Amino acid sequence: MSRPANNELPGTAERRIPGPVHHKGPGPSESGWLDPRGRGHGGRGLALHRITGIVIVFYLYLHLGVLSMLLIGRSAWGSFLSLVTAKSFLALEVVLIAAVLFHGLNGIRVAFVGSGLAVRRERALFWVGTVIGIAAIIFAALHILGAL
Amino acid sequence: MSEETRSFRVYRYKRGNGGERFDEFEVPVGPHTTVLDALLWIKRHRDPSLALRHSCLHASCGTCGMLVDGREELACVCSVEDHGSEITVQPLANLSILTDLVVEMNGFFARFPHEHPIIRASEPPPDARGGEIHLEGDHEVTLDPLPGPLHYHPLHHDHRAAPPGADFMRLEDCIECGLCLSACPVAATSRGYVGPAALAAAERLLEEPRGVKREDVLAWAGRPEGVWRCHVGLECTRSCPADAIPAERIMALRRELIFDDGDPKERE
Repeated sequence: MSRPANNELPGTAERRIPGPVHHKGPGPSESGWLDPRGRGHGGRGLALHRITGIVIVFYLYLHLGVLSMLLIGRSAWGSFLSLVTAKSFLALEVVLIAAVLFHGLNGIRVAFVGSGLAVRRERALFWVGTVIGIAAIIFAALHILGAL
Repeated sequence: MSEETRSFRVYRYKRGNGGERFDEFEVPVGPHTTVLDALLWIKRHRDPSLALRHSCLHASCGTCGMLVDGREELACVCSVEDHGSEITVQPLANLSILTDLVVEMNGFFARFPHEHPIIRASEPPPDARGGEIHLEGDHEVTLDPLPGPLHYHPLHHDHRAAPPGADFMRLEDCIECGLCLSACPVAATSRGYVGPAALAAAERLLEEPRGVKREDVLAWAGRPEGVWRCHVGLECTRSCPADAIPAERIMALRRELIFDDGDPKERE
């Protein structure tokens, strides 16, 4: 078998081509952070933190859009209010509050751990935040849905 | 008596020979069968072209790291008993795949700081050839000079370089297996991130600099692709088979960067 003209061993050029980079999770390769399988509470917390962050940013623009209905006039605002006071819509408010609570409480945990102040209390912080968050969500849900 | 078997879905990739795929194998297993045992059985009895790395068989060399059911494991100490009837085996994530279960580890080692004499060379410092060595604290130890060439002795560590009362965490425990980099959710989205093992090695340098400048280490770690890229997923510590707690090391580096007020020796 004769060598190529540049005197390289057969297969040398092929070996220079980098192989695929495997990532966790389905879909695009960079979606690995999103896949909760094989992750602990920290990795799942990070994924949920990013998701809730996106939800909150989306809500911010939605909120600004809704407020801009005031520019149209009283009739548009009135019909909108009847929509958002429906029970089904209020349930979405509870979901939003849950997202904000998770993002905020997890953010506090990340800030403490990330600045090196409470690294060894990380798991305790997570569970304290979880208990506070769940209690606050239940209170908010009962309040918003009219049970309180 | 029928033999118990497990179904293994094994990732396959051969350069220049089609794309990626999974092959399935039924493997006889016993109560102490490890994933590595099963893969070697497949290699011997079903498909000799299956490529994988392994060496020490006791979680010391760090070469057999792979994803078992989506989680980073050293195959040599990962029991099939802990998994279901179907076990999926994939190469480590976030590293370029050479073939089958073998990843290009250069992508891991290239992230380390250039100056890390203890972590990489694993040799005692030049002044450890013997003679008087004063340890911090209540104990003062004097050693006789060692004759001949340099010999390693645990007491020859240069404790004079460390701040008094330093909490020594032996990052020599790091077996450089790459599991932390694979588990890191940030490394999945940020190619430039140096990753947990390299940052933990840098933090170890602060504890025992041995000639490396503290400000150089902090400047290296404080770059945008350094400690600040970490988003505290803590998957590195969770996946580490050697309990080198890299996440804690990263946070210690951050603490140093935030509250740094110079060399501890100069503060005395």
